[in-house]
Amino acid sequence: MAKGTIIRFDISAPKIAKKIKAGQFVIIRVNETGERIPLTVADKDDFAGIITIIFQVVGKTTALMRSLNEGDILMDVVGPLGRPAEVEKMGTVVMVGGGTGVAILYHVAKAFKEAGNYVIGIMGAQEKDMLILENEMRAVCNEIVVTTDDGSYGERGFVTQPLKKYLEERFDIKLIYTIGPIIMMKNVCKLTEKYNVKTMVSLNPIMIDGTGMCGGCRVKVNNETKFCCVDGPDFIGHEVDFEELINRNSLYLKQEKDSLLYSIR
Amino acid sequence: MLEQDVRYLKYKTYLSFYCPHCSNTFNVERKHEKSLIFNARYKNKDLVLKLSPFLDVFDIKASIPIKMGDVLDDLLCPQCKKSLIDPDVKCGECGSNVGKAIVSAYAKLIPFYFCLKHGCEWHGITKEDEKKIKLKIPRQDMPEQDQRLRIDNFQEVPYGYTSELALLEAGRCLQCKKPRCVEGCPVNVDIPSFIALIAEEKFDAAVKKIKETNVLPSVCGRVCPQESQCEAKCVLGIKDEPVAIGRLERFVADYERKMDLVKIPEIRNNTNQKIAVIGSGPGGLTIAADMRKLGYEVTIFEALHETGGVLTYGIPEFRLPKSIVQFEIDYLKKMGCRIELNHVIGNILTIDELLDHFDSVYIGVGAGLPWFMGIEGESLGNVFSANEFLTRMNLMKAYRFPEYDTPMPKGNKVAVIGGGNVAMDCARTALRTGAVEVTIVYRRSRNELPARSEEVHHADEEGIKFRLLTSPVRYIGTDTSLVKGMECIKMELGEPDSSGRRRPVPIENSNFTLDCDMVIVAIGNGPNPIIFQSTPDLKLNKRGYIEVNPKTNETPKEFVYAGGDIVTGSATVIEAMGAGRIAANAMHKKLSTLSKKKNSL
Repeated sequence: MAKGTIIRFDISAPKIAKKIKAGQFVIIRVNETGERIPLTVADKDDFAGIITIIFQVVGKTTALMRSLNEGDILMDVVGPLGRPAEVEKMGTVVMVGGGTGVAILYHVAKAFKEAGNYVIGIMGAQEKDMLILENEMRAVCNEIVVTTDDGSYGERGFVTQPLKKYLEERFDIKLIYTIGPIIMMKNVCKLTEKYNVKTMVSLNPIMIDGTGMCGGCRVKVNNETKFCCVDGPDFIGHEVDFEELINRNSLYLKQEKDSLLYSIR
Repeated sequence: MLEQDVRYLKYKTYLSFYCPHCSNTFNVERKHEKSLIFNARYKNKDLVLKLSPFLDVFDIKASIPIKMGDVLDDLLCPQCKKSLIDPDVKCGECGSNVGKAIVSAYAKLIPFYFCLKHGCEWHGITKEDEKKIKLKIPRQDMPEQDQRLRIDNFQEVPYGYTSELALLEAGRCLQCKKPRCVEGCPVNVDIPSFIALIAEEKFDAAVKKIKETNVLPSVCGRVCPQESQCEAKCVLGIKDEPVAIGRLERFVADYERKMDLVKIPEIRNNTNQKIAVIGSGPGGLTIAADMRKLGYEVTIFEALHETGGVLTYGIPEFRLPKSIVQFEIDYLKKMGCRIELNHVIGNILTIDELLDHFDSVYIGVGAGLPWFMGIEGESLGNVFSANEFLTRMNLMKAYRFPEYDTPMPKGNKVAVIGGGNVAMDCARTALRTGAVEVTIVYRRSRNELPARSEEVHHADEEGIKFRLLTSPVRYIGTDTSLVKGMECIKMELGEPDSSGRRRPVPIENSNFTLDCDMVIVAIGNGPNPIIFQSTPDLKLNKRGYIEVNPKTNETPKEFVYAGGDIVTGSATVIEAMGAGRIAANAMHKKLSTLSKKKNSL
């Protein structure tokens, strides 16, 4: 499997499309034996009744989803789940996204733009080929900076470098909204804490039902146990215990690999 | 001899028969065959007579053939070789000589006679003896899967009564004129009537009788805590053990299903009024069935991808087979109820939006949010809520990983915190998925365990350990943030608290460490906020549950009813069904008067 294949699905789900807001997610089960995986929605068209999800092929279920063709049916799609991102007119906001997180970032950035904010976008990827939604982001952001880890496109380096520059130069930044790999969100929060700017993160812990029932998605926020699916997925970044989240998200790496191998065999 | 008792003696294979002269027993058990062996004499030849446990002749080893109707000369004890013939008693049917053995039953020794005529099936005790000793039938046990086998599979543990056992058990019911058992049942099943029908071998009529008030007998017979409800009130329970009402209920429900006697009930003319039921658990299914029978159009909304609520995601296969839950749901579908899966009400549709389309709404979403104790280390890897553990196992079938994609939580030494049915379910599921040692850690003593006594008994049998009067203080993790043990503190019982149970008080400096590599926290659930977030005009009580009028289960918001765990907090399946029934009656009353008004306008 090519590393990091990124795939876009447009799913016909009129009821969900009518209701879903930026920052909310759906849970998908592909077939009878499948697991339930949460995916945050990247865009929606409530007239056509379509929700868009963008995901990277990382494990069994996403590999299975790649094998689907246009017109195929997903067994279950349930949503909208989680609380929507709190979007209001506040002035200048910075949207920081990495990897497939940009998909969700786009949906939130669009909402912030529509609310009348000045939106600065910073988006990162490992390399040029893995960059997604660049044109769409350009359309909703007043300013945009693109970084790649290997320098194959845009600025070379991580998203924290241009963010630092913005924080040094501008004093009117009211909010930073970040989504991407946990390590990236952690570093963004570490940086913004110094400048005392409110930072929202969108978390993606392991989840089963997504309705608050299982408690598998618990994260420690401000030393309190919160359930990501009903209290989140957005939290104030400076209060989140990222170490714990990293540990909890790596609990099933071995089983995920086993599951993938089993399906190939 | 009483008819009931003969049945009992016939089917109870483990009764022991003794020689009246020596203490030798005639019972012989070889491999899987149980029999009674006697010596006998016939035309001066020795022969060996083998009787089946049902006291029919199995086998005769003789050098000359015995014709039907021939009478044996003598019956001898194989050990002391003395004659067993009792000259004072003759066969009750043919008048031939009879052999006498002593049978031990009901902690008494009773003379028991066999006719010596080949082909005559008379055996029993004399009328005189019968008067002297009034036999009592004990409470019948259900045959169940061997405890050594069952810890490796997910098949149901008890097999249920056979019709013979059910007849015996039904014979125990005294048919009280003022039955107290009915008072003990949250949905008031007419218990004496259905038991009387079983005793008359009208099993089908019996189950129809139950279904007048209880739509899910096969579920209730398995998971109700009968010992604290109907059976707690049984008059027999004062001196002896109560009638096994739950087992009988289960038997007739299974009989109906297996014999394909389930019929769709008559549905009244359509009222053109629509009901929305949120949640397809036991409460939702009850109100859906009741309202559908009355002619309403019913739509059930379920958040998960499978119906049944706690019956599907919570109670494990070995306690309640999922095929039974599915059968009951299919029954509702055949009645004409619509089921919408994957609908999280509050998010995809709000209650107000439902009220635009439906005449009335019932909220039966259960208590969703698992509680944690808020102690150190609770977010370590391999610390699960009972909900997560059971959802993975039951709903997502993780025990069949990797055939099913959801990873299975696995531990060698598992600790389960809590003492309710859910804790027992978790412990027994963990045992079945390869745990070497499972310990239940509960802060009160054994008498206060809230679980059904049958579940505690089964857990005990399967080798689950109980650490009673113990409570965890913190969880200890490894370098990789997986749990490796927990620090516990010992408790003692103090004064009774508001629930009437004695409050556990920690004993100072009694801390100790318990090794474990998986922890399941089964200490209950709180209310799920999703519905309240989108419906601010639902009133909540102090504990955060929905407030209702207890007589009608209507919320302050008109036409919205609620019941089950979302109103009472964690409770039982049958109580949720009772709440659904109350709401159904009130809803029907309200809607039917309303439609009359409309028609008269």
